[in-house]
Amino acid sequence: MTTTDERPAGFEKNDHKPVGHGRMLRKEDPRFIRGKGRYVDDVQLPGMLHCAILRAPVAHARIVSIDTSAAEAHPKVKAVVTGATLTGLGLAWMPTLSGDVQAVLATDKVRFQGQEVAFVVAEDRYAARDALELIDVEYDVLDPVIDVRKALDPSAPVIRDDLDGKRNNHIFDWETGDEAATEAVFASADVVVSEDIVYPRVHPAPMETCGCVADYDRIDSRLTLWSTSQAPHAHRTLYAIVAGLPEHKIRVISPDIGGGFGGKVPIYPGYVCAIVGSIVTGKPVKWMEDRSENLTSTGFARDYIMRGEIAATRDGRILAVRTNVLADHGAFNGVAAPVKYPAGFFGVFTGSYDLQAAYCKMTAVYTNKAPGGVAYACSFRITEAVYLVERIVDCLAYELKMDPVELRIKNFIQPEQFPYRTKTGWLYDSGDYEPTMRKALEIAGYDDLRKEQAERRARGELMGIGVAFFTEAVGAGPRKDMDILGLGMADGCELRVHPTGKAVVRLSVQSQGQGHETTFAQIVAEEIGIPPADIDVVHGDTDQTPFGLGTYGSRSTPVSGAAAALVARKVRDKARIIASGMLEVSVADLEWVKGAFHVKGDPEKSVTIQDIAMRAHGAGDLPEGIEGGLEAQICYNPENLTYPHGAYICVVDIDPGTAQVKVRRFVAVDDCGTRINPMIIEGQVHRGLTDGVGMALMEMIAFDEDGNCLGGSLMDYLIPTALEVPDWETGFTVTPSPHHPIGAKGVGESATVGSPPAIVNAVVDALRPFGIRHADMPLTPSRVWDAMRGVPRPPV
Amino acid sequence: MQVSMIVNGEEVTREIEGRLLLVHFLRDDLGLTGTHWGCDTSNCGTCVVWLDGEPVKSCTVLAAMAGGHEVRTVEDLEQGGELDPVQRGFMECHGLQCGFCTPGMMMTARALLDRNPDPSEGEIREAISGQICRCTGYATIVRSVRWAAAHEASTPAGGAS
Repeated sequence: MTTTDERPAGFEKNDHKPVGHGRMLRKEDPRFIRGKGRYVDDVQLPGMLHCAILRAPVAHARIVSIDTSAAEAHPKVKAVVTGATLTGLGLAWMPTLSGDVQAVLATDKVRFQGQEVAFVVAEDRYAARDALELIDVEYDVLDPVIDVRKALDPSAPVIRDDLDGKRNNHIFDWETGDEAATEAVFASADVVVSEDIVYPRVHPAPMETCGCVADYDRIDSRLTLWSTSQAPHAHRTLYAIVAGLPEHKIRVISPDIGGGFGGKVPIYPGYVCAIVGSIVTGKPVKWMEDRSENLTSTGFARDYIMRGEIAATRDGRILAVRTNVLADHGAFNGVAAPVKYPAGFFGVFTGSYDLQAAYCKMTAVYTNKAPGGVAYACSFRITEAVYLVERIVDCLAYELKMDPVELRIKNFIQPEQFPYRTKTGWLYDSGDYEPTMRKALEIAGYDDLRKEQAERRARGELMGIGVAFFTEAVGAGPRKDMDILGLGMADGCELRVHPTGKAVVRLSVQSQGQGHETTFAQIVAEEIGIPPADIDVVHGDTDQTPFGLGTYGSRSTPVSGAAAALVARKVRDKARIIASGMLEVSVADLEWVKGAFHVKGDPEKSVTIQDIAMRAHGAGDLPEGIEGGLEAQICYNPENLTYPHGAYICVVDIDPGTAQVKVRRFVAVDDCGTRINPMIIEGQVHRGLTDGVGMALMEMIAFDEDGNCLGGSLMDYLIPTALEVPDWETGFTVTPSPHHPIGAKGVGESATVGSPPAIVNAVVDALRPFGIRHADMPLTPSRVWDAMRGVPRPPV
Repeated sequence: MQVSMIVNGEEVTREIEGRLLLVHFLRDDLGLTGTHWGCDTSNCGTCVVWLDGEPVKSCTVLAAMAGGHEVRTVEDLEQGGELDPVQRGFMECHGLQCGFCTPGMMMTARALLDRNPDPSEGEIREAISGQICRCTGYATIVRSVRWAAAHEASTPAGGAS
């Protein structure tokens, strides 16, 4: 590993035409604004067939019989496949990302509404759908488990009777922290506050649904899969394991992806169906789910029922936080999280505060709902953790009659305490919290807002000001601690400089809209002085890129960004040696400025990186022991996660007549360390803030008592439009990560994590005249209305 | 059945099923994949195209209903190698990330500017309120449309920059 050179002079003021870091328009945009993006559903292959999936109409039922004869007789149908067919191929069940198994097609029972039962391959997508209507399935309907609180009742139906010896719906218990020490602190604390806090089930609902085109070449035994995947390399390995295909004969291509947000991390049955369809028919097969399939069967998020407790002194010193969580994982445990972290990174529920003790106990259960569990920009369950702590801290402020800002500042981990080991074992790398909070207060005009609120309250108006402060843990691994199904969470990167000084960098992570083609070109440009326009970024194709675990959990910049910087430094180190030969001086006599090596004390004598690239490929002599070419590759294994933080302030007005919440203002000050492209960072923050408005006020995947999904279309699952969100006000501070080569931290999910508590805290603050300390998301008009009238909260 | 229509200024005639949606006709039959399919229920607006100059959601228009009419898609925004100011605005102001909603957003924005060359933030938000973007949080889309308004070739530069 190379050491860090100082940032070259002149690189700071590069807003107009950057060489490295700075605002730069995106390299990928010219194709998108022309309608020339290439998404999975745009892939058209000669002879391509279409796959459609028959799904369970009920949440829990035994399959008595399936009659496919009428479907098979349809003139445009090429294949009809059921669970029985897949059993014959050994493909009826597949491993999930968390060590459970999931039915590709149901063989014995259906376990959630929308579960895959059979699929049809036909000549066009309409005919495939027609044929689904011709499949006759007889079900013996069973009682479903819908209320997660009743899942462990002795009388509850056993959902997973496919598992040997399974007699209940229990998945795992998990704990972190010190139970006894925490109890001791609670027992002697002046003040203890507890609250039941629900984080409802939501869905990432990217605008592009999930889908794939599978093309199996029988002659060469080679599978090419265009797929909506956030992790093409990991998927390829899993396909090799599941389907028994040799890994070198599988190519997974994630072309342009229309948003992922975590929902495109798992392998869904539909992908496997399309692959089987292609193997069976010998033709390319496309499967694209519709919106209803997307919302009812793929990648839900959250669904944590939490009891939060906080212990403090009467003057507002927070001593300990404790929580008990009941986690609804649906019918199969499909959580996408590092193996040793079944609850993701929920362990950071201690937040940004210096505590004496902390403890969490969690129980996860099966219910008759869609599987999943980590999705929707959650940074592996940090959304739930931050929501819990930031809500319970506000409850404490309410009881102590303290300003929520004052309470937070009083308890912040101090800058000199970093690296800071939390009571649940996480090592926060760096942070300087109070300036970030002060900046948010300044942008918001906090004191004036409080005065305005007092005046409005006196007039009977409902105005609320909500504050949240978060610390995230993003950028998994290191690989010794973090793996998914045995695959270590590290990422490769390759950089090749062509003879004319242009370059190509190949990433193992992959963009779903984050702008990797720009950001990674800038990272490399900053290190080797080749303009970003001259650097091509290749990603999303397992045949073209080195192995790595993919883009989710805000890990691209912390892990792959580090890899890109280090591989560039490796190239630069070689370039320095070649330059020393060209300039006939020792390497120690060279200094690196603006893309060229200069002889110290004789700045006229220099060679540019482009000169060096030509020399590296040329016919002339190279220094002793140096091979031709100018390229390098590495695999970066992060030594720790990165810990971005932020301070968010939300102002809401509630209509006293309709209980409609309007977000009037939202101030977000983020600290993600070194900022590579501020424009892209701001965009990421805006996105997450909008998620927050959705989750706090609108979005929920609900079920009726029979297990019918009530959020199965965008008419029922409400996502913010331009009318529900304000013009965002953003700011930043910079506390670099000490272990990341360029000091950068992840930011992609920060705002999704930090904004829901700010909004809920604002709504609860507005409702203070009603004596309300907590209300559960989504704070729809009916829920706020009920809260104002003292109606008990709904169960889930 | 046979259907004929003008798509992006050119007459096309195809043999289709009567139930074929316009979005699938454009994408699968004509290869105009800039128009996207996102929800089936007219909620997301990734499929917005123009029908006789008005933005419509092509997932809820039958291709047959467009017979004899004029359809314009995102592929027609660039004229003679010149990007439409709306396209430039979206690039300049980071009005897109994954790009999936972008064609529909731009078609709506173009229609808005044609009837209101200097829309306010509120008017822009109202105009795109039938469409969903999961990436941008809308503020940069609003800025993009304002940028386009300020850079229209036919109107003097002014307004927001």
